[in-house]
Amino acid sequence: MVKVTFVSSDGTRREVAVAEGETAREAALFNNVPGIDGDCGGVCACATCHVHVDPAWIDRVGRLEQGNAEAELLQFAEGANEYSRLACQIPMLTKLEGLILHVPEQQY
Amino acid sequence: MSTDTIEPDMMEPDTAEKIATIPIGDIDVARPSLYQKDTIGLFFDRLRKEEPVHYCRESYVGPYWSITKFNDIMAVETNHKVFSSEAKLGGIAIQDMHSVEGALELEMFIAMDPPKHDQQRKAVSPAVAPSNLLLLEPTIRERACQILDDLPVGEDIDWVDKVSIELTTMTLATLFDFPWEERRKLTRWSDITTAAPETGIVESYEARRQELIECAMYFKGLWDQRVNEEPKNDLISIMAHSPATQNMPFLEFLGNLLLLIVGGNDTTRNSISGGVLALNQNPDEYRKLNDDPSLIASMVPEIIRWQTPLTHMRRTALQDWEIGGKQIRKGEKVVMWYLSGNRDDTVIDRADQFIIDRQNPRHHLSFGFGIHRCMGNRLAELQLRIVWEEIHKRFRKIEVTGEPERLLSNFVRGITKLPVRLHAR
Ligand code: HEM
Ligand code: FES
Repeated sequence: MVKVTFVSSDGTRREVAVAEGETAREAALFNNVPGIDGDCGGVCACATCHVHVDPAWIDRVGRLEQGNAEAELLQFAEGANEYSRLACQIPMLTKLEGLILHVPEQQY
Repeated sequence: MSTDTIEPDMMEPDTAEKIATIPIGDIDVARPSLYQKDTIGLFFDRLRKEEPVHYCRESYVGPYWSITKFNDIMAVETNHKVFSSEAKLGGIAIQDMHSVEGALELEMFIAMDPPKHDQQRKAVSPAVAPSNLLLLEPTIRERACQILDDLPVGEDIDWVDKVSIELTTMTLATLFDFPWEERRKLTRWSDITTAAPETGIVESYEARRQELIECAMYFKGLWDQRVNEEPKNDLISIMAHSPATQNMPFLEFLGNLLLLIVGGNDTTRNSISGGVLALNQNPDEYRKLNDDPSLIASMVPEIIRWQTPLTHMRRTALQDWEIGGKQIRKGEKVVMWYLSGNRDDTVIDRADQFIIDRQNPRHHLSFGFGIHRCMGNRLAELQLRIVWEEIHKRFRKIEVTGEPERLLSNFVRGITKLPVRLHAR
């Protein structure tokens, strides 16, 4: 299992764990983390799994690549910034043990 | 052979057995009458089973491909580089846009490809962002309460006219801070924006043009007024004050504004009607709701899946492409039938049943997916949630007392009449 912490906009921290190779979206959904809906089933088509990667983690997770499908979707998401990623596009590998993701305030 | 020798039943089969006898290539799901009779589901059942990617050679809208399964639809939705929404290629509905000489066509980003689509959507989307909607919620609720409080209990009324249209119009007026007494103008303008003369809504394209010009003048007036006032949180004020939209050419502004009005009008109206009908057809679900109103949260997306207010979106292939083993050629019309994908039981558990406490109720196609995914999806859900919360407080049951009537359209899945009687709590 790989651990990941979701921090909501009011500061609440939820540490959850997911099997290695599942995505951060699954980690949120399996543990009912509020603000991560994942409507499209995790295929990068809805942006309801938008997160801000903690700045300390962004380089290990990887930044958004301009022009790819993920960036195309995120340009319309409220509150998108340089730390924005889609949780369904972050596979939870062991190198991400302890990852911190912030749930944007605008999502409910 | 003259047509009167053909049994009407043979032209318009209405049972699975009769539909099974049609040669698969002759199936034409574009015929509006199938939607009015609500037999269309039987046709899609057959296509999903036998030929999920189906080519119809001949129809009143010309040849077209039907995509009927959930995952194939998703593959088209997310591939906008191959499947275009561009108005000049025909746009987003099975019937081509811009096909009529002299019809005033407004530019809307729902019928554009990137990069223009992206610029316009980004400019307009803050207006309907969740954080802005929260500010409008109290007013929407208060006005919904008024409408519901004024309804007669125990009498026969038409739910569509008295409630669905009234509530939707009220919300639109609130969003735009539109002069209250004149709010039905919004409904009218929404109707004519999408209307062709054959629908009976307008007399001619010239008449439609005149009304749209009147609409443009009216909004110009509101814009001028808002631009000179302090910024507020109605959509016109937001657009008049935001750098991204402030300097938009007026026709572009009007197109975007009408897109917001049209996008949220019929769709929400028919979801409000469709929910009442679905609960009446599924009394066990109605009982669950009465026992536990917290289920409204998952019932709302289920209603939107069940109704599928827009039956489809259409794309045009920009190059040859294979889907589901079929070769689609450049220039061909490709129709993603959400109404069918939303009944695909290989993806949605017991897809043919209305279940208000599903685990994953938002996994449906009614709002589309990808870069064109509905911009008003949270607003639509918010409206429906408010309506059902307030209905629940007042009425034990909204009883459907007669046959519903449905819209003659292959695009908007509409209920035009729904006789009901209200039972107070
Ligand atoms: C239950 C109600 C609604 C349904 C079923 C619905 C459905 C849809 C669908 C199917 C699309 C196209 C998606 C695609 O091509 O992938 C769409 C786009 C759109 N909708 Fe909605 N809609 C609803 C309510 C609203 C509301 C309330 C608004 C107003 C704010 C709205 C505004 C829009 C806009 C602006 C677009 C264009 C998005 C784009 O092209 O980027 N819709 N809607
Ligand atoms: S779940 Fe839809 S984009 Fe991630």
